[in-house]
Amino acid sequence: MAETVIEAEGLAISFGSRTIFRDVSFEVRRGEIFVILGGSGCGKSTLLKILIGLLPPSTGVARVLGQELTMLTGQPRRAALARIGVMWQQGALLGSLNLMQNVALPMEQHTRLPPDARDVLARAKLGLVGLGDAATRLPAEISGGMLKRAGIARAMALDPQILFLDEPSAGLDPITSAGLDELIMTLARDTGTTFVVVTHELQSILAIGDRCIMLDKTAQGMIATGKPTELRDSSEIPTVRAFFRREVLEQ
Amino acid sequence: MAGHISAMTAVDLVQEGDALVLRPPATLDLATAAALWRPMLDAVAARPVTIDATAVTHLDSAGAVLLLQAADASGRAEWRPPTEPRAAATLERMRRALAAAPPPRPGPRPYWVTLIGSAVLERFSGLGRRVSFLGEVTLGTLAMLAKPWRLRRVEVLRHLSEAGTQAFGLCALLGLLFGVILAFQSSIPMRQYGAEIFIPNLVGISLLRELGGLMAAIILAGRSGSAYAAELATMKVNDEIDALSTMGVDPLAWLVLPRILAAMLVMPVLALIVSLAGLIGMGLVMSMLGFPPPAVLSQLRQHLNFGDMAGGLFKAAVFGLAIGLIGCRSGLKAGGGPRAVGDAATGAVVSSIVATVVLDGIFAILFFRLGW
Repeated sequence: MAETVIEAEGLAISFGSRTIFRDVSFEVRRGEIFVILGGSGCGKSTLLKILIGLLPPSTGVARVLGQELTMLTGQPRRAALARIGVMWQQGALLGSLNLMQNVALPMEQHTRLPPDARDVLARAKLGLVGLGDAATRLPAEISGGMLKRAGIARAMALDPQILFLDEPSAGLDPITSAGLDELIMTLARDTGTTFVVVTHELQSILAIGDRCIMLDKTAQGMIATGKPTELRDSSEIPTVRAFFRREVLEQ
Repeated sequence: MAGHISAMTAVDLVQEGDALVLRPPATLDLATAAALWRPMLDAVAARPVTIDATAVTHLDSAGAVLLLQAADASGRAEWRPPTEPRAAATLERMRRALAAAPPPRPGPRPYWVTLIGSAVLERFSGLGRRVSFLGEVTLGTLAMLAKPWRLRRVEVLRHLSEAGTQAFGLCALLGLLFGVILAFQSSIPMRQYGAEIFIPNLVGISLLRELGGLMAAIILAGRSGSAYAAELATMKVNDEIDALSTMGVDPLAWLVLPRILAAMLVMPVLALIVSLAGLIGMGLVMSMLGFPPPAVLSQLRQHLNFGDMAGGLFKAAVFGLAIGLIGCRSGLKAGGGPRAVGDAATGAVVSSIVATVVLDGIFAILFFRLGW
């Protein structure tokens, strides 16, 4: 069994008196595509923010590559952040920079590569995600699918060990979405990168997920874990069955 | 010949027959590549080289790109690829990625004549669009006058409140301070001639005819003109304006006219507040200089007339119209992307201030010709 790269133990988060989830525990192993799934408002993106160190949990511990990112400051935090990459839901590319400059930005911050080296490497990363001919275009000049691809290229700028993707398929047409799924699987296979994907897109979950956990708003926590196909075919939990079979859940 | 081309990481560069042989270190990752980039490329530039990567066991994308760039710099490179499968796969993957991402080719440099021509054409087309917008607003206003009940009074009141009542305090404060400054600065030369009693004349005419309106225009442009532009630009970016059009709602009547009307109505009031506060400030300075309020009031009554104030307020209304038009147009012509809103707001403020000063100049000439 591959080594564990992410450990979550008893994670809980509340905003005021409103509990989003509690007692969430799981492990992610090196090289797998791990999916965090669930309906809208169940706390998927909040869990992602806890994992990448943007939000401290109310209770519990999240260790990424053996470190609690929320506890780190200064240089150790910067070094830890260089080992992970994050693709945000809308790409979150800087509008004033072209795609190549966006991808080169983490290299500028974290490496001593000379500017021409950063440019070549950024072009290569864009080539990896199929945007080699769009390097000098601005984010405003490309489509939603291209934005997400460019977001992945930027997240991969420093060859991170773990890539976190927030809703990579949301808002994309089925063909573009399938292309993105294919890209994620290719990158995982070729680079050995671990992927943590937050999504509620059923097709994507089944296409790319090695393992998954499911969060539920009503249960305020994790209600299932396992392989997506197994959950779809044999889960006894009504909410899980309804999610995978696109059924209306009877109250 | 053998040597180290980096002080930090050993790279063998050995002469074998006619060609150099480059042997990168076993680990060629981001940090190593950063240190080796320049020396390695300089060492192999335009020289036949054999890149012997058989001993490389750890190769990341930066290391692979460095090797590929070295081959490119040499122009005549032969490869001995890594024997470690993952390193070989990385090299191959980055080779394909770079092949799919050719360096961007700079476009042809345009002649200076073309640049000047494009700039002039852009200016003229921009002017055309402004005139067109003015025409649309005029037609919209006429249509509104024919059916006044279609004007959204609630919106007008909201904008009157936001651009007007909420700015009263700021106008009063700035006007008061402006009056104090003007009076103090005027007193310096006036004192030399014992003419301090004429400070109220100077400050009063300046404020009522020119500065009250100008100051209020700058406040309105900064507070409300930019807000109009930002609000409408956000609506444009979010497709709200297209949504209004598809529902059969005229965006001009719904969004633009209430704002322009509010700006035009509120400006004379703001200008009056600035002027009155300025006169109070001047009165305070005059008291400090030993002139009691009755003396100051007497001076003002003798040398200021209703025409001074009416002309100033009329100009203020025109400034308000210009600021409202410019703010709304900047918002409606906003492009896409995250900078659109900021660009629209900045453009609105700058254009409004420039337009206000230009209009004031035109009024100065006009009033001078009319003997006012």
